[in-house]
Amino acid sequence: MNDYRYDNRTIQGFILSAMAWGVVGILIGLLISVQLWAPAANFAPYLTYGRLRPAHTNGLALGLGGGAIFGLCLYIVMRLSGRPLLFPRLARAQLWLFNVTIAAAVLSLLAGYTQSNEYAELEWPLDLAVVVLWVMFAANVFGTIARRREPQMYVALWYVIGTVIAVAILWIVNNLSIPAGLTKSYHLFSGVNSANVEWWYGHNIVGFFFTTPILAMFYYFLPKSTGLPIFSHRLSILSFWSLVFGYLWTGAHHLVYSPLPDWLQTLGIVFTLFLIAPSWGSVVNGYYTVGADWSKMRSNYLTKFFVIGITFYGLQTVQGPTQALRVVSQLVHFTDWVPGHVHMGTMGWVTMVVTGSIYYVIPRIHGTTIYSERIADVHFWLVLVGQLLFSVTMWITGIQQGAMWKATNADGTLKYTFVETLAKNYPYWHTRTLAGLVFAVGMLFFVYNVLMTIRKGRALEGSPGSSPAAAPVA
Amino acid sequence: MSGWIYRKSFAFAVATTVVVLAGSIATMAYPMLRADMHPRLEALKPPTPLQLAGRDVYQREGCVGCHTQTVRPLPSEVARYGDYSKAGEFYYEHPFLWGSKRTGPDLAREGGKRPDGWHRRHLENPQSFFARSNMPSYAWLAGRPLDPAEVTDHLNALALVHPELRTELAAVRVALAGKDEMDAVVAYLQTLGAAVPRQSPRAADLSIPNPVANDPTAIARGKQLFADNCAVCHGDEAGGQEGVAPSLVDDVFLGQRPDLPDAAYFAMISGGSDAKPIEGRKGQPDGGMAAFGSQLPQKDIWSIIAWIRAEKAHEAAEGAKAPAADHR
Ligand code: HEC
Ligand code: HEC
Ligand code: HEM
Ligand code: HEM
Repeated sequence: MNDYRYDNRTIQGFILSAMAWGVVGILIGLLISVQLWAPAANFAPYLTYGRLRPAHTNGLALGLGGGAIFGLCLYIVMRLSGRPLLFPRLARAQLWLFNVTIAAAVLSLLAGYTQSNEYAELEWPLDLAVVVLWVMFAANVFGTIARRREPQMYVALWYVIGTVIAVAILWIVNNLSIPAGLTKSYHLFSGVNSANVEWWYGHNIVGFFFTTPILAMFYYFLPKSTGLPIFSHRLSILSFWSLVFGYLWTGAHHLVYSPLPDWLQTLGIVFTLFLIAPSWGSVVNGYYTVGADWSKMRSNYLTKFFVIGITFYGLQTVQGPTQALRVVSQLVHFTDWVPGHVHMGTMGWVTMVVTGSIYYVIPRIHGTTIYSERIADVHFWLVLVGQLLFSVTMWITGIQQGAMWKATNADGTLKYTFVETLAKNYPYWHTRTLAGLVFAVGMLFFVYNVLMTIRKGRALEGSPGSSPAAAPVA
Repeated sequence: MSGWIYRKSFAFAVATTVVVLAGSIATMAYPMLRADMHPRLEALKPPTPLQLAGRDVYQREGCVGCHTQTVRPLPSEVARYGDYSKAGEFYYEHPFLWGSKRTGPDLAREGGKRPDGWHRRHLENPQSFFARSNMPSYAWLAGRPLDPAEVTDHLNALALVHPELRTELAAVRVALAGKDEMDAVVAYLQTLGAAVPRQSPRAADLSIPNPVANDPTAIARGKQLFADNCAVCHGDEAGGQEGVAPSLVDDVFLGQRPDLPDAAYFAMISGGSDAKPIEGRKGQPDGGMAAFGSQLPQKDIWSIIAWIRAEKAHEAAEGAKAPAADHR
């Protein structure tokens, strides 16, 4: 029974698609960052800021994030189950449908077809396409796991299963809408209720697209690339269950001081504070894992991607709960502070772990080594510097703007007009574009390195499966 | 959790589903059953076909990526925008458009704040009002026709959950006749906040004298303040702009002669068009004078008036020199 081949072609297809959509999304990000200080860079009607912003977020969340989740999670599922995918042809079909859907998604957003709900902008026909994609993905995940050769399910599999289940529930409920034509629909829910459903979804789609699958990659590829076993199984168990339990209660922290009933806001804030615990469970687990042998940071070029990634995850999950506090929310909500938070998570945590994982997978499925560790190092530093510059500038200008909005004279009148507070952002917005450029160049080095590795390696067939692949390192 | 569950994939999936559903039911599904999630203000009116078409354009253009529509109950926010947002204002909002990022100002209280002509010119070229604005130009919305069939479909969809909207179906064609997308957006913007009564200014004593009348430093300061706050509507020299705002240096005040004393100016500038009942004059039917009482200290308002008076005296002197030009 050891004679089988993994479906490497499909995995690589997803990885390359994710990279391509990543480049598209990052280029759009650069363009909108310019539009914020140069309104002449809007090209009506298709390339205006209002339409491009959701193309940026969806292109990267669904395109880069979705492609990476499909490819890398299926890779993990096969290895941890010790068998190929149960439905290989279905996975091929999913790859094609994925690319068609994302292309249609980006074009339809530029055409102005939108539901206006953040991260759920796509109109209903595309929502249905995503449901089909997810069912195809779930069939392979559950099917392959159910037929696994390894009795014990390793931590990474828990996070994959959690992702599949939670995203399905979130996506279906929040996308319930009343169609008013092929390209237009209205949210089934209205007003305060619509806001509550949307942010229950919004917070958790970030949680189950940008946190749990990335944790799956972290728990699998960190031990794989370093050869060090995860520090504590008990801590893994505690963090997993408390995370998937806690996340769903916290959506209302996006609606602090809104007309949402106070009791819901307070409940959301309390659970948000609790969320530090499971998040830091994984952070501690990660650090102690590498802590067993810090020399890996020097001897293995991949280690730093995971260590820096989990570091930003740690910072992100302290900053997040802080933002939920009413006193802090007053000051930073609605300002550029929030994009600072967002991009530390997406550029620092998600991008680091995803690119590190891809560096691990690509040489292995081509039976070779990475094309250039030097280039990987350059990629790492550019992405790190770009991200830090992006986040720090946004935090500064966010606090500044929040403070100016609140500033009043002795007699209670406002100190600054809105446009005065806006104009103060410009130097920081210029710097953000520079930061984005640095980050983008870093990502191009990454793409180049991956493509050259593929060229250098042997042609892709399914790589033979070895004896049942137990947990990476028990 | 005991060890066996990590060996049973089905049981594990069920357990995960239950855990995920717990918080979802408590904070998302259960609240739907409560009345406090579906409030409706008495004064709230359903959208007309034109207003709905305007909201569709607002959605399509992603204005929500830059503009919020919810005023938080913080003193500085109420001072800047107006009364804080009430849950009952959003009954017809599918979905809510509160937004999450305030690159531009909040629009929840935009209705009635500025005249239609101002909005049109602002949407065409925001930088002509605020050189440092980063809002894109929407000049291209003008002249794009509205499709009655499409708006009918949209109303029909919403009528599934709000049957009262059905009464508007018959009027769609008439309501949209001769209107373009620009008209629709402006009509929509004018509805924002309409369900909440505006705080009306307290009655003012119209006989108070201007404490800084004829004071040269106050006049110089007033000139600067006027350029920063008022010139966008009233023009650089307070001579007014067609369709946007009236002249302040003529003998007409709120559409009637004679001019009124400085205290009337004060009431109008601090209270905006809502102060008209105090003045006892009608002015423009759609109002449009913004209230500056919460933005400008009293002394600054008096300084602006001092400058307006100086400017008016100046105009009168010019007029006296060349009467033929004025009264042909
Ligand atoms: C790139 C961000 C951006 C986008 C997109 C945008 N705006 Fe603006 N908007 C601003 C900024 C900044 C201001 C403040 C400066 C000004 O008035 O131009 C503003 C001001 C306004 C104002 C005046 C508010 C007031 O009371 O001063 C209105 C009304 C408005 N926008 C409507 C819209 C509409 C309608 C759309 C979509 C068709 C839109 N905006 C799209 C940034 C944006
Ligand atoms: C958004 C455009 C706008 C801005 C900004 C604006 N106004 Fe006005 N103003 C109007 C409009 C429109 C009217 C007519 C209101 C009505 O009839 O209800 C008006 C009326 C007035 C009047 C009544 C006098 C008359 O002749 O009718 C005074 C005084 C006035 N404005 C002063 C000011 C001052 C001072 C500022 C700056 C602090 C200012 N306005 C800023 C639009 C504006
Ligand atoms: C314990 C973990 C976290 C908590 C409690 C948390 C909390 C928050 C809060 C309160 C906001 C709203 C800020 C505001 O508008 O005032 C926010 C926004 C956001 N967070 Fe986090 N965060 C966490 C982790 C993460 C992670 C790991 C990511 C990964 C990328 C992330 C991505 C985002 C995004 C994309 C938004 C923007 C939402 C929007 O307004 O569109 N967060 N977060
Ligand atoms: C070159 C790199 C990038 C640039 C220049 C960039 C730029 C921007 C800009 C200008 C915004 C709008 C901020 C605002 O509303 O003021 C934004 C929002 C956002 N970006 Fe990026 N971005 C980049 C990379 C990424 C990446 C890699 C991801 C995800 C993987 C991402 C995810 C997001 C998300 C989720 C938001 C919405 C934030 C919110 O609603 O608060 N971005 N980005």
